[in-house]
Amino acid sequence: MPDATLPTVEDAVALGLTRDEYALVCEKLGRAPAQVELAMFSLMWSEHCSYKHSKRLLGSLPTEGAAVFMGPGENAGAVRVSGDLVCAFKVESHNHPSAVEPFQGAATGVGGILRDIFALGARPVAVLDSLRFGEPTSERSRYLLDRAVAGIGHYGNSIGVPTIGGEVYFEGPYETNCLVNAMAMGLATEAAMIKSAAVGLGNKLVLFGASTGRDGIGGASVLASAEFGEDDADKRPSVQVGDPFEEKKLLECSLELLRLGLLVSLQDCGAAGLTSAASEMASKGEVGLEIDLDVVPLREEGMEPFEIMVSESQERMLCVCTPERVAEVVAVCEKWEVHGTAIGTVIEDRVMRVVQHGAVVGEMPVEALVDDCPMYDLHPEKPTTPLYPAPEGSLAADAPLRDTLLALLGSPNIASRLPLFQQYDWIVQSRTVRRPGQADAAVLQLPDGSALAASIDCNGRRVACDPYVGTVEAALECAANLACVGAKPLGTTNNLNFGNPERPEVAWQLTEAVRGLGDACRALEAPIVGGNVSLYNQGVDGPIYPTPVVGMVGELPRADAAGRMGFLVEGDVVALAGWNATPVLEGSELAKLRGDALPDGLPGYDLAHEVHVLDVVREAVRSGAVSSAHDIAEGGLLVAIAECCLAGGLGADMTEIPASIDPLMVFGERKGGFVLSGPRAALEALDVPLDVFGTVGGDALRVGVAGGEAVSWTLEELAHAHAALGPLFP
Amino acid sequence: MRFGVVQFPGTCDETDAVLACERVPGAEAQLLWHGDRSLEGIDAVVIPGGFSYGDYLRVGAIARFSPMMESVVRFASDGGVVLGICNGFQVLCEAGLLPGALLPNVGLRFVCRQVGVEVVNAGTPFTCATSAGDVLSIPVKHTTGRYYAPDVELERMQAHGQIVLRYAHDGNPNGSSNDIAGVTNEAGNVMGLMPHPEHAVDSLTGSVDGLTLFRSMATRVAARA
Repeated sequence: MPDATLPTVEDAVALGLTRDEYALVCEKLGRAPAQVELAMFSLMWSEHCSYKHSKRLLGSLPTEGAAVFMGPGENAGAVRVSGDLVCAFKVESHNHPSAVEPFQGAATGVGGILRDIFALGARPVAVLDSLRFGEPTSERSRYLLDRAVAGIGHYGNSIGVPTIGGEVYFEGPYETNCLVNAMAMGLATEAAMIKSAAVGLGNKLVLFGASTGRDGIGGASVLASAEFGEDDADKRPSVQVGDPFEEKKLLECSLELLRLGLLVSLQDCGAAGLTSAASEMASKGEVGLEIDLDVVPLREEGMEPFEIMVSESQERMLCVCTPERVAEVVAVCEKWEVHGTAIGTVIEDRVMRVVQHGAVVGEMPVEALVDDCPMYDLHPEKPTTPLYPAPEGSLAADAPLRDTLLALLGSPNIASRLPLFQQYDWIVQSRTVRRPGQADAAVLQLPDGSALAASIDCNGRRVACDPYVGTVEAALECAANLACVGAKPLGTTNNLNFGNPERPEVAWQLTEAVRGLGDACRALEAPIVGGNVSLYNQGVDGPIYPTPVVGMVGELPRADAAGRMGFLVEGDVVALAGWNATPVLEGSELAKLRGDALPDGLPGYDLAHEVHVLDVVREAVRSGAVSSAHDIAEGGLLVAIAECCLAGGLGADMTEIPASIDPLMVFGERKGGFVLSGPRAALEALDVPLDVFGTVGGDALRVGVAGGEAVSWTLEELAHAHAALGPLFP
Repeated sequence: MRFGVVQFPGTCDETDAVLACERVPGAEAQLLWHGDRSLEGIDAVVIPGGFSYGDYLRVGAIARFSPMMESVVRFASDGGVVLGICNGFQVLCEAGLLPGALLPNVGLRFVCRQVGVEVVNAGTPFTCATSAGDVLSIPVKHTTGRYYAPDVELERMQAHGQIVLRYAHDGNPNGSSNDIAGVTNEAGNVMGLMPHPEHAVDSLTGSVDGLTLFRSMATRVAARA
């Protein structure tokens, strides 16, 4: 190996390693690392690639279940659906790139998660996104929202994968650190699925797709695994640039290579580029890989070995094939007009060997790169003082009922998402039976007449109030959304977005959230099949609200029986179903509008009761006993009823509410409550706590206690308030 | 009756278009690769939506130079029935088979929305299974769908019955001149439209109104045979 000037421990620190980790790298190699080696270690040992602060915790999550086809560990998880169909799905974050350059950050976030799906041999069939920004009163937040939405649309729309759902919340603590999480789902037959393990000594490693450039150098370590400071413009070169056209060709090329049976294994190049992709393939196959940098197609001349190995240039895939197949593989690449180049060989020595101009410029044991990163214990400590300031109030505590409902409907977290969704293609591929706004979950029909449903959710403010209960609520919300279309969960993915885990209060949030996620998913029989961790989401103002985004995929037997949220039939009765406890105002959307401080803790749940209610609601939707079903979420019962009115274009008369009703029932928040409409007898036959208190009909929502005066809103008034996000997208 | 659906690199809606064509009783459909030239056995051509060649340079601008498009131009000049949807409409304008051009939406944003489309001329090969005045529920999804032609051209098109579809109910989603949603060439055998009829062929996913366009094409082809 050429004995050029070796990098120093200071160089290692600049790349994000600690001094102790650098010493460990030296110990594993038996010498100081060369530049390319240090770059590779710094990425593979970054939080983003190694999960060094979260891996131990994640071991407690439930990952097994009847439907699980592929659990955590591959590019995405997968569940069995109907017949021999498998649904692969995963959520991933692109938070820090999006905060620096929202359009490309969000676009490449979508591109990255799509590659994870087709790397398994599955055709991507849907995208959902989960976004968090500061309040829309902030100009920067409006800019980030506008560009991130445009970026998601640009990529998803152009590649022909529908964006079928998602969520967005606006809260102060995301002001300096927005969140952009994207979830993708794909479909394949069991036989078509492929893994990433490199096997077969002498087999060839083929890089295909875009050429390799200097973009995204160190994205995983510099951007994704550090807090934000004041000088983030300097980090712009770490953001990659996406090209959905290139990825569309790459997608079709990959699926054609698999259809023709040409591949031994397939892997996408994501964070940490070739370094991560190749060493993961070698690790899983228990082999080594030798990579010849001289043949890697480059965008510019004079790239250093370390730049080639860590480049995060987008739209690239790695595959392994037998030497006889290389020519056929390259021919398919040519058909799709992407580069296809054999750049390496599977070798017996379990090392990653990097060769340039005939000389070895780096050689590291695969195990040291992939498995030997030190794992760190968290030191959780519940904070003794509030971590987050009270939100800025905008509504008087004594505001009348009439104004309160309108203010809630127009609040950024509740207002109609249509101005965002209509920038996404939710139609392409002809599966979308329930589009955004029509039902609580998105529904995709399958060839045999059954359907998949998907939901993604997390109210970070609730998690900030109580990390355990708030995370249980995120999982319950997804399951409730699925139940409202008649779907039963098959599996769960999650993206743990938190602040700096080395801080005890963030470690506590993370620990409690994972405990909540595990308990909820066990109870819901919705095992975790994959996910992602995004830490260090922390700006100068402190950590973001802890945001464990939960994505859930479920199935329903008949697509044509999928539930809807809007009132459908005049004369149907309206019922509140499910609650076994009175909701509370603390931590609610109304409390936020009033500027109330976040409470320390939220009321808990009897998960057995929640599961029972979900079962009953799901069956009621499947059997057609109810005309509509909508779960009560942000804003509480009255907001949910207004949403049912707006979605169905029908009013409701609720003027006979018992005078004994607890006022908290109207705007308090708690999971497990549903607004159902349908024939009275069918609703009253449901085996859950249930109150019938109104009738569907007319063009206004009227509310009042029996014998008292009614408050009324026309549908037009409600719609006007609900359209509050429109002006953000002129 | 056999439809051919052209596939460029970057085409997105080709599979949906094939499935839509095959919903017409007695019809079959096949993909036509952009690099091939043969239209043998093809009775009608559909150029589907998507982002051909990444829509680089200008929407539809590169696709028109593909070998398959040379064949499609010949097919059209021989009187063959050709339907361009969304990006396909843009490609047909770039190829000179249709008058006018598609400009960025007035809002400069991607718009995905179910719209009402009124049939203005029910006498074309694409609308003969409809009646003038019918309003079809069909989705649009595009960033560059604002139809533009000079006033003189618009008047001429109007006189020749080339303005076939209009956005109804003040629902113009992109700022198109005269609410134009779809036009034909003067001979009437080539049509382009921004709405996606191939995504309105199944009541479960929204509407079946788009099917009438494919049925019309099949009817016309059968009548000519």
